[in-house]
Amino acid sequence: MESLGSPAAPPRPTTEGSGSSPTALVPPPYRGPLPNPPTSAVPSVPTGVTPVPAFGSDVAVVPPTATAPVTAPTDVGASAPVVQLSGVGHRFGANDALRDLSFEVPDGAITVLLGPNGAGKTTAIRAITGALAPMWGTVRTFGLDPDDDGHLVRPRCGVVSAKPALYDRLSGRDNLAYAAELYGVGADAADRIERCATRFGIEDALDQLVGGYSTGMKTRLALARSVLHDPQLLLYDEPTSGLDPESSYAVLDMIRDMTSYGHTVVMCTHLLAEAEGLADHIVMIESGTDLISGSPTELTRRYWPNPIVTLDAEDPRLLDRAAAFPGVSGYRRDPAGARLEVDDLRRVPDMVASLIADGVRVTRVEPHVPTLEDLYFTIRRESGVGERSIAAPGGAARPDGGLR
Amino acid sequence: MTTIEFEDRNPAGATGPQRSARHSRRTRAARDFDRHRMWVVARTDLRQLVQSKDYWIPMVALGSLFFFVIPTILLLTITRIGDINVVQQASQALKILPAQAQAQIQGSSPQGRTAFALAVYLFAPVAVVVPLTISTAVGAATLVGERERGTGEFLAHSPASVREIYLGKLFASFVPGYMTTLVGFGMYSLVVNLVVGPDVGGWFFPTSQWWVLMLWIIPPFLLLTLSLVLRLSARVRSTAAAQQASGLITLPMIGIAYSQSTGTLLGGSPNTGWILGAIAWVVAAISLHTGVRSVTRARLLGVAQ
Repeated sequence: MESLGSPAAPPRPTTEGSGSSPTALVPPPYRGPLPNPPTSAVPSVPTGVTPVPAFGSDVAVVPPTATAPVTAPTDVGASAPVVQLSGVGHRFGANDALRDLSFEVPDGAITVLLGPNGAGKTTAIRAITGALAPMWGTVRTFGLDPDDDGHLVRPRCGVVSAKPALYDRLSGRDNLAYAAELYGVGADAADRIERCATRFGIEDALDQLVGGYSTGMKTRLALARSVLHDPQLLLYDEPTSGLDPESSYAVLDMIRDMTSYGHTVVMCTHLLAEAEGLADHIVMIESGTDLISGSPTELTRRYWPNPIVTLDAEDPRLLDRAAAFPGVSGYRRDPAGARLEVDDLRRVPDMVASLIADGVRVTRVEPHVPTLEDLYFTIRRESGVGERSIAAPGGAARPDGGLR
Repeated sequence: MTTIEFEDRNPAGATGPQRSARHSRRTRAARDFDRHRMWVVARTDLRQLVQSKDYWIPMVALGSLFFFVIPTILLLTITRIGDINVVQQASQALKILPAQAQAQIQGSSPQGRTAFALAVYLFAPVAVVVPLTISTAVGAATLVGERERGTGEFLAHSPASVREIYLGKLFASFVPGYMTTLVGFGMYSLVVNLVVGPDVGGWFFPTSQWWVLMLWIIPPFLLLTLSLVLRLSARVRSTAAAQQASGLITLPMIGIAYSQSTGTLLGGSPNTGWILGAIAWVVAAISLHTGVRSVTRARLLGVAQ
């Protein structure tokens, strides 16, 4: 490749991206402000644009039939995992709801179970509390078997199911009081009910019958009920289903706030935008099997170990010469511009200067941070699990894969 | 030297593992049952019933009809009727009663004797039909209703054990029917004494057989019926199906309860009612005990196979 006159190129990071490249060059982590209404939260490839072909990668994705899950090291929760599922399976009639599902939930983090409808997320939640005993495999919640020790596990869990599971003929206060008594909250139940209602913004509606609540209010009430007994583990099964974008945003904000109270959160979703802003740890599930799990940062590092830069020019064809620059390990051009995988972002100014010196009128230089959406579709595509729809930002399915 | 003699705690010769298994079962049963939580489940169900006018208004109407309206009209018709022939025909019909029952009929006039016999012997079905109908209606919907509303998910994830849920639901189904019956029984007693009492020499109701019927025989029959209805409610897929299927159980149970209660009222021996009730309690207890198994968390979730 043509030298761009850069200093000695830094060593190429390993595929695990475990830190051989300078920290400053690592793409920013996913954790950040919650996405604005999901339609605009995550950058997506415009429809009709040819997907960017894959950069080279030697990270293998385990297909659903594999027995050993790919589990990336997580950078959250150094203590023992709160939940451990190992080879868990369950069958409803002839259908496998879970098939050798294995994952761990780190303490004090938000773990997102991500997968399309029918992937087995809800069944996994049920297995965690012992509401449903798996037919095979091992579940440990707080180190206990929830099937045998459910009486010790369930009081330490708070669950919000996809349908809020509230009693419409009771008031909000009575719904909370019922939960408080079942969970043995004790003498300060009334005070806790008030505090939880205030925290979730439903204090004014507390004495109304729940049948008259809006969907958003029901979700808030269900969230309030889930934390009433101060559980260690919160399990949220698609808590934003049926909510408008603003209510979804508010609910996700509340969920993210949970970890600051010391809760461990497990949330199921099929919405990439939700997981994008929220997840400390991701478990991708498909057909009852975990495809991959780990923190978003680690997972994207594994798939895209090197920084990626998007370039565009008045005449994009002239950008092709960038493929030969030192430090460029991958290059693809499509109608949206050219994407370069480089070993060090510090090379980019020299690359641009060189292109300009060669008469290329550069119109865009933009570092590309791989999104969860990129990751999701790449993993699905590489694992060969088909093209079942999952809601990408804007509601469009992305069966075509992301960056790779 | 002091010798310490250990008490033989295993006189029956049970082996260690057997004792351990029994102990484990007892321990598990104990930890699976918290009376307070059972009461919380029952109370919440009852509170929802109270909130639901579309349920309790028909319940009150049914009780009023059977315990107040129909008896009042019939007894007033008998005691205040002018046509002596009609009364005499009714009085003749009472001769089909067993001799011992006929001997207990009070009153000097044909109207009084006829009204006494109607009040004491022929309204027994009322005491059976009302509680069974009301409680069955509640019980049939109770578990499948949780599943249909999605609240079964909440209960399945809650610390409440299936035993607490089952017994809480059973209690919540039992109370409306039985309470209506007791209140109706009080009203019925008042009506009978006010309408028939003057013709038979004063207040005479409830008789001792009626006390046995209401307090000793009806409750176990009601519990037995509910234990069967709750099994259905746990298994079927919809409330409508539960209501339909519960009819298959309730109708024979009404027949059995009616025949047995009539036998108690008409039977000769004063011990008949006590014995019958005792048997009913034993059967009900067995049915309740085994009925707990019908409730599982998977059924609350609606995913049982």
